[in-house]
Amino acid sequence: MRRIFFSIAVLSAGVLGYEILLTRLLSIVQWHHFAYMIISLALLGFGASGTFLTFAGQRLARRFNVAFVVNAGLFAVSSFACFLFVQSLPLNLLEISWSADQLRWLALAYLALMLPFFFAANCIALTFVRFPDVLATTYACDLAGASLGCAAVVWMLHVAEPGAALAPVAGAGILAAVVAGIETRWLRWSASALVLGCAGYLLQGAPFALQVSEYKGLAQAKRVAGATVIDSRASPLGLLTVVANPEVPFRHAPGLSIAAPVSIPDQVAIYTDADSATMINRYDGDRRSIAYLDRVSSALPYHLANIDSVLVLGSGAGADVLQAIYHGAGRITAVEMNAQLVAFVRDEYAAFSGNIYRDDRVSVRIGEARDFVTRDRQRYDLVQMTGLDAFGAATSGLHALNENYVLTVEALQGYLDRLRPDGLVAITRWIDLPPRDGIKLFATAVSTLRTRGIDQPGRRLAWVRSWNSHTLVIKNGDLSADQIEALRTFADDRRFDVAFYPGMTRQEANRYNILSVPHFFNAANALLGTEHKAFISNYKFRIAPSSDDRPFHSHFFKWRHFPEMLALRLRGGMGLLELGYVVLIAALIQAIIASVVLIVLPLIWMRHKPGTVSGSAWSRVRVIGYFLPVGLAFLFIEIAFIQIFVRFLGHPVYAVAVMLASFLLFAAVGSQLTAVLRDTIDERRKLVAATGVIAVLCVAYVVMLPMVLAHFAGAGIAWRAGVAVLLVAPLAVAMGMPFPLGLRALRGGSAHLIPWAWAINGCASVVSAVLAIVLAMYFGFTAVILMSVTLYCLAAIMGWRGLGRAPASPQR
Amino acid sequence: MGHALRIVLAVGLCLATPISAVEDRFAAERQQMLAEIEATVIDTRRATGRSRLDARVMTAMGTVPRHEFVPEKLHAIAYANRPLPVGHGQTISQPYIVALMTDLLEVDSDAVVLEVGTGSAYQAAVLAELVRNVYTMEIIEPLAIAAQQRLARLGYRNVEVKFGDGYYGWPEKGPFDAIIVTAAVNHVPPPLVAQLRPGGRLVVPVGERFAVQHLLLVHKIDDERIEIRQILPVRFVPLTGGHG
Repeated sequence: MRRIFFSIAVLSAGVLGYEILLTRLLSIVQWHHFAYMIISLALLGFGASGTFLTFAGQRLARRFNVAFVVNAGLFAVSSFACFLFVQSLPLNLLEISWSADQLRWLALAYLALMLPFFFAANCIALTFVRFPDVLATTYACDLAGASLGCAAVVWMLHVAEPGAALAPVAGAGILAAVVAGIETRWLRWSASALVLGCAGYLLQGAPFALQVSEYKGLAQAKRVAGATVIDSRASPLGLLTVVANPEVPFRHAPGLSIAAPVSIPDQVAIYTDADSATMINRYDGDRRSIAYLDRVSSALPYHLANIDSVLVLGSGAGADVLQAIYHGAGRITAVEMNAQLVAFVRDEYAAFSGNIYRDDRVSVRIGEARDFVTRDRQRYDLVQMTGLDAFGAATSGLHALNENYVLTVEALQGYLDRLRPDGLVAITRWIDLPPRDGIKLFATAVSTLRTRGIDQPGRRLAWVRSWNSHTLVIKNGDLSADQIEALRTFADDRRFDVAFYPGMTRQEANRYNILSVPHFFNAANALLGTEHKAFISNYKFRIAPSSDDRPFHSHFFKWRHFPEMLALRLRGGMGLLELGYVVLIAALIQAIIASVVLIVLPLIWMRHKPGTVSGSAWSRVRVIGYFLPVGLAFLFIEIAFIQIFVRFLGHPVYAVAVMLASFLLFAAVGSQLTAVLRDTIDERRKLVAATGVIAVLCVAYVVMLPMVLAHFAGAGIAWRAGVAVLLVAPLAVAMGMPFPLGLRALRGGSAHLIPWAWAINGCASVVSAVLAIVLAMYFGFTAVILMSVTLYCLAAIMGWRGLGRAPASPQR
Repeated sequence: MGHALRIVLAVGLCLATPISAVEDRFAAERQQMLAEIEATVIDTRRATGRSRLDARVMTAMGTVPRHEFVPEKLHAIAYANRPLPVGHGQTISQPYIVALMTDLLEVDSDAVVLEVGTGSAYQAAVLAELVRNVYTMEIIEPLAIAAQQRLARLGYRNVEVKFGDGYYGWPEKGPFDAIIVTAAVNHVPPPLVAQLRPGGRLVVPVGERFAVQHLLLVHKIDDERIEIRQILPVRFVPLTGGHG
């Protein structure tokens, strides 16, 4: 029988494309962390496929052509149908802590979305079983196709809305079936698949509408009388939806002072992924119309110094830029990652916004904040960063597992480096109660100043709060008496509370927005005192400063207080639970339980099914001991390095696309290398060499990468992408070798264990994707990399004997 | 045949169940709900500054048929100590939070109260048991219509529902002794503070729909002085080691 390679590549491209697309779609209709959880579980379809094929693999392999085409077709159909089905479920994940019903809907969503991955994985694993002599090449095609799919879907998300991209991705299944028919010369199957695909396309009809959760900001806004969606645009960075409401204005003015009310201008809202609104303010050049921007806490720095040059990080729809204009800044640099968002303000709504993004004083740069700060050489009087998007999501712990590289110690160092002498960094965030976000930010600022050798960091810090926002100012020098007086006047005039300034007394705290305890003042003093480590350790939330190695600013959860929070859940304490983190842990537990079931089931079956047992129990232990660490370690390294390089490349979506595609492509090269070098190098030596390369490179990268990346930080994006690919290539090549080497060792007498090995690898990949984030939260990404080295070494030890007994049948 | 018989039997049983029995069941659940509220209030007394709620508030909570304010499919859990969805992306808070917010308003029987964000009108009904007049505004038209009909059906004559934008309050009916804002706000609407009578109180629950994080209490001492308190509705002390 003729082998199939191209169809595997096409199918894998579809599967990876589907996974990425599903993340986007579920992030829009639900929230991104739930998308993460659902998809991580759905990927267990790979593990389930291995388990299923352990039972039925040999039988299906005998009718390979039919099985392949049918499974590829089922991938196509189910990828479409299952998403529509999940969208139709009354799934409200915000209610999950209250309702057992929601757990049932969630389980149904998992099962439904598992199906496409299950069918696609069946195709790949069946090919391993049917053509064991070329499995390294098959695996290489699988990885190379996935690499292609990654790049293709990112491109597709640029040119089409995510909903419209689903049909082409599903079509990859049909295409794979057609190609498989051609490759195997079973043209009638090819023709059948083509007909099925055309019929499906015609039946699908018009693009479907995304059913956004009714609790998301966009859904809420659209229910208000007069609300109209006037525009939308999509990119991998998010789906932007522009909403206007001439009848009921948005009046978005977070933290606006209750004193001396001022009017809020007309606004147009831009929602990202149906949540997180940023507003374009109507501005006609009359400063009085935007006076409200002086009545919010983020206006503080303009009252502490004469600000001429401002760097606005994350300028969004331009409120901070407008605030700088209001206060008379002469040079404003606005950095915004989403070019489409900038285009709305600069082009479509130029007149409405007062042409602020075309103003001579304003220079708009598209890019990521950290990346810009690293490469910029200008100096500023003020670096301003305001993070007031979706309040509910921001304060309910939904961002707990987001990596946040703009609020780490290293990030604050970068901002301070961009300041002129006596310049200011100002960061504004939502207030959460009991306080944790603000206190962690203050702790990060103190740590940053101490790292810079400042003995008295308190002399450089000023902090104010309204009832729902706070602004921390870090000065590049000691605050003067005049500045302290200006701070007090600013706060008193607006009925804001001063949370901290050097020399502040307890009596001055907690005067207008009264908390049961002056938490902010107490925390600031504790963090500046000699007992700051004890304070951080004893605080009920995780408030230790975040770093680039552990960039989880919004991770406040401490296990030792979990029982208390859980007990208080029904007693008014639901807000204490950090939903994003709870979801992550729930996903991990579910993945582990499901993986154990999927791995153990075939074992039980093999023990009781006559004629299926080959080798000793020890050989099966070796299979687990080999494929489990290989599966875990691959994703550990991939996730950790993607994080490191994302910062280096500066743009998360393109960086993830480049890195993921590179990892997969070079791993494909590694896999193929095991086949090419089949006759020249002993299998065990290849494994040892691969493990050695992985270990040496990982350790070397951990030690040297920061220096190397710093050296190239100022280079253009093409150069940096080239450097990233070059650095990843040898590592990925080595990482692509252990899995096919292990599979090849199972050929011959243990061939029936190949699907089981596939199941173990699939399950391990799912667990490791979640586990890597959990481990990084506690130990950092460096530790995750070093753990993966240990896992590869463990696999090499387990695989040493097995590989020595690999049958020698040359790959054709 | 057997299947059809079972359906007939089930329908017959439902029809045969006297309404008083249903009401009794809900009355028992309301009593259970009150017990839970009382226990939680004692538990959270340090955080809220209230070791017990006003007896009138508890009576009102024990009187209002909460099940009438939630979709029928949720009747079975209407009195559970949890927030409930009421459609159109809106919810009603868990009973303890409703009771606490009502208590924080400190209204007497002659008070006139404004509510912004009617929802299903449960909060308005609780207030109606306590005060002379409740004026409630809802920006989502179907909710406003349904609330009006529901309140009329249940006999609440001292509640007036208005469909419209609550940001500017209801000046023709003001000034108010108390205002409760159950809609999400990113700042306290100044017109509402202006329509508050000196000595009046304004309460806003802050957080996402299914998890109130804290309560904002604005106390208008007089036309010049305003005090804002942020009340954590849970017994939780974040600081340790003498820092708190």
